[in-house]
Amino acid sequence: MQAFDYVRARSIDEAVLNLREPSTRCLAGGTNLLDLMKGDIETPVRIVDINRLPLNEIVPTADGGLRIGALVRNSDLANHRYVRERYPLLSRALLAGASPQLRNMATVGGNLLQRTRCYYFYDTAYAACNKRRPGSGCAAREGYNRIHAIFGASPQCVATNPSDMSVALLALDAFVDVRSARGSRRIPLTDFHRLPGSTPERDTNLDRDELIVGVILPPSRFGGRVDYLKVRDRASYAFALVSVATGLRVVDGRVADARVTLGGVAHKPWRAEAAERALIGRPLNNETIAAASDAAVVGAIPLRDNAFKVDLARRTVARSLRNAGAVA
Amino acid sequence: MNDNNDDSFNEGTYKIIGQPIDRTDGRLKVTGAARYAAEFTLPRLCHAVLVQSTVPSARITRLDTRDAERSPGVLLVLTHLNAPALPQRGRAAVNPPAGRVMSLLQDDVVNYNGQPIAVVVADTFERATAAASRIQAMYTPQTSTLDFASAKRAPHAPATQGRAPSETSWGDFAAGVAAGEVKIDAVYTTPMEHHNPMEPHATVASWDGDQLLLYDSTQYVSGVRSTVAKTLGIPLDKVRVVSPFVGGGFGCKGSTWSHVVLAAMASRKLQRPVKLVLARPQMFGPVGGRPQTEQHIVLAARRDGTLTAMRHDVISHTSQIEDFTEPSSAPTRMLYACPNGATSQRLASLNVGTPTFQRAPGLSTGTFALEVAMDELAYALAIDPLELRLRNYADAEPQSGKPFTSKYLRDCYRDAATRFGWARRNPAPRSMQSGRYLIGWGLGTATFPAHSQPAAALATMLPDGSALVQSGTQDLGTGAYTVMTQIAAEALGLPLEKVRFELGDTSLPPAPVSGGSMTSASVGPAVLSACNALRQKVIMQAIRDERSPVKGLTPAQVTIDNGVLMSTVDPQRREELAAFLGRRGSPLVASGDAAPDAEEEKRYAAHSFGAVFAEVRIDQELGEIRVPRIVATYDVGRRLNAKTAMSQLRGGIVWGVSLALFEHSVLDRQTGRIVNSNLAEYHVPVNADIGRLEVAFIDEPDNRFTALGARGIGEIGITGVGGALCNAVYHATGRRIRDLPITLDQVV
Repeated sequence: MQAFDYVRARSIDEAVLNLREPSTRCLAGGTNLLDLMKGDIETPVRIVDINRLPLNEIVPTADGGLRIGALVRNSDLANHRYVRERYPLLSRALLAGASPQLRNMATVGGNLLQRTRCYYFYDTAYAACNKRRPGSGCAAREGYNRIHAIFGASPQCVATNPSDMSVALLALDAFVDVRSARGSRRIPLTDFHRLPGSTPERDTNLDRDELIVGVILPPSRFGGRVDYLKVRDRASYAFALVSVATGLRVVDGRVADARVTLGGVAHKPWRAEAAERALIGRPLNNETIAAASDAAVVGAIPLRDNAFKVDLARRTVARSLRNAGAVA
Repeated sequence: MNDNNDDSFNEGTYKIIGQPIDRTDGRLKVTGAARYAAEFTLPRLCHAVLVQSTVPSARITRLDTRDAERSPGVLLVLTHLNAPALPQRGRAAVNPPAGRVMSLLQDDVVNYNGQPIAVVVADTFERATAAASRIQAMYTPQTSTLDFASAKRAPHAPATQGRAPSETSWGDFAAGVAAGEVKIDAVYTTPMEHHNPMEPHATVASWDGDQLLLYDSTQYVSGVRSTVAKTLGIPLDKVRVVSPFVGGGFGCKGSTWSHVVLAAMASRKLQRPVKLVLARPQMFGPVGGRPQTEQHIVLAARRDGTLTAMRHDVISHTSQIEDFTEPSSAPTRMLYACPNGATSQRLASLNVGTPTFQRAPGLSTGTFALEVAMDELAYALAIDPLELRLRNYADAEPQSGKPFTSKYLRDCYRDAATRFGWARRNPAPRSMQSGRYLIGWGLGTATFPAHSQPAAALATMLPDGSALVQSGTQDLGTGAYTVMTQIAAEALGLPLEKVRFELGDTSLPPAPVSGGSMTSASVGPAVLSACNALRQKVIMQAIRDERSPVKGLTPAQVTIDNGVLMSTVDPQRREELAAFLGRRGSPLVASGDAAPDAEEEKRYAAHSFGAVFAEVRIDQELGEIRVPRIVATYDVGRRLNAKTAMSQLRGGIVWGVSLALFEHSVLDRQTGRIVNSNLAEYHVPVNADIGRLEVAFIDEPDNRFTALGARGIGEIGITGVGGALCNAVYHATGRRIRDLPITLDQVV
């Protein structure tokens, strides 16, 4: 870790003013940023502590949705009564992530911004990492890549987004509410995280001077027909090999609306639109589920060590659809 | 050890030994009062950080330290360019297990990725860390070997040999194979692993003139002392090593590694105390780990299950600088009654840090391979796996022919099988399903040799009626403090709270390394001997004391019970021990020592045994493997503390689950770095991974092995579990997996 300046923001305006300075990062729960700084992967000159900002409310919106402050801790969000009742998918995804200690510290905004998972990104002894040093290469492509992406990767980067929460937020059509000295904007979750392309150093479309102030959830369309299924190497405190968030609306025995999103498989939470298309308008039965789960993995490109993830993703989608739709 | 000549101490009537006493140091630990090595703060203490190589094999052509030296707070940057020359280039003390080949900045050669190449010392830890990242190393790469698959094609026999030979044979293997009607011939592999105790390695080094004081987290204070003294070329009595508490060792702290000597070197150069604590990623390389193994097993048997031949050939990896052997063939040498057998140990050198002892070296990995091979044989013969083991039950060590000091493995099998419900098992693979889950039941045999080494202890009776008992042993969290306190209290006739036990200091009487499950069997008898001598001394003084109610009795007529001196003839003649000692005013001291009986060792083989039955539940569709329960019964001789013994076995089983299903240090093919060198990516089980553990004991004291009847219990728990789980996975899925760890992608 390198020496840095520390300032505590007393207001949102003060925080965003600080973010205009170069090499400045926000500190919320610190569960990812401090690890990155200890490993010299992030070397900010200045840290703006935003923990005292009034961004820890969970408030219903006029249209029946929910506004979640950026500083709401993952534990508080997962266990909030309203969230458990109206957005059980989000609650389950949060509780599938990390450990209780980490969830007690980690915030909604920080969870959205956690850096991608890759052994080689996290170890500065590897010279080749386009994410750390653009243009230097990718050690993971030729290295050990069991945990890496099967969708949307680029020659420059094969890392995966590690968030469970974001996979649920994507299925719930959430928006990210951001502020900067230039003004405010809402970024749909689907546009928030990026695929690596030729600029893997950027994980998100949040600009350097922007502060996440909250997440907006539209009214839930799925009720209880949701499921979050996380497959991992141990029972708890492990990143997903594959996770699937499912939301279904079934009208008169047919799927009227569907969201199928995957975690652990791409540089961003991955929406399986082909699977959704294979569901909509069809009766929710094993045949439809098989077609949808097959569709979910079309176009997957595995690497040397993660070929198993393609079939695992297909099976996990199928199981999650059965869970959500209560199909035996 | 059969030193049973003291009639005042009747075996079998223990009041304190064996009891499930809470840890005597438990309160200190949970309140944070127990001081671990890194918590010793001295005036003017400064902080060192290790800088490591980032290439597997090279010469250092340039080491740019200017930025680091100019960094705020930096006091010293020690490299091969300015490090003091050590006797024999730092290799004067290579004497495993204590002394290993270290990297002490004596030259520009890099033999593995992660090798120490510099030490940065600053006034704070943070400043030292920041400066360390500013060192730029330039290398001329040399050829490196990182691929075990190719290295194993040209293996070599170990240069250094421990107690066990690298090659053995008995009977006539070829004839045995020819006599067999059914054969198993298979290769099993286990991966590289790293110990990762909660407390990383830590050293505080401080010089007072020519006297070196080391606070070190170690399993062997005497080993650190002799290794550091010889390596630095100073007399033994100029080094004192203190290690009152150790936050786990599991073998990696049994040897002295580079950082200990480097801390001493930096401290001497600066003339200030230096603290050096390894960061978690630094636990993966320069301080040992369990070597990767490839184990080729051949079994031949008659149709009735009688083994006619066994062969177990092991190749494990070592470093380029030192030979270390993982003796995985050990169980084949002693477990089954087979008249013909052969075993061998070979090494494949890689450009990695030297591996080392990791909980149950050889037996953990070896029982996995052997017990899976036995399961394969059972299926090939259509004989129940338990029945196959009973038909080949060894009443004497097959290779040596020696009888066992004591062996109740048959009872272990029966007890655990009954509690597990093994008789209800349908042997057909995939036959026990429950909804979407495949259920599998498997069996593995646990075993670990019983060792002991010479040890000494000192016992002092203080005027207040309490005792101080000391030995330079270690407590790695195993319960040595508690168990030794119990032995002393029992022998002295004192209540537990009147005994204080001290350890972890080279100024105390010497004791062996706390490894090989031998602390109880080595230090226990020494403590017993010292305390028996002290008790006799107290009684001798009391019967001569004019004012004592036991005055004039013979020693045999006097006893000490619960802190009271009394006549065995007339219990009315009694006095509080404290009253007598207080009157006397000065302490009474006795020393004691113990050593294994060489004659008994020649005559008998001493091993602990156990039977492990495991259940797995596997999601058919997703492959996730869960372990709802493990039932195990152990024959470990007498348990000295029922509670800490249970903890040792349960903890060992948890690690067995870890060995079977989780642990794997992944070596990067290009660089030889451990890819997953942190606890987020290097998996050990979490609580949710461990189901019910039902552990029981055959409480038969092994008095042929030690007077206390105890064999060690630190390591056996991890053994047998890998085999049991692997066999359960086969039973569940019909898939025979021979490579650990077994992960979900292997079973779907």
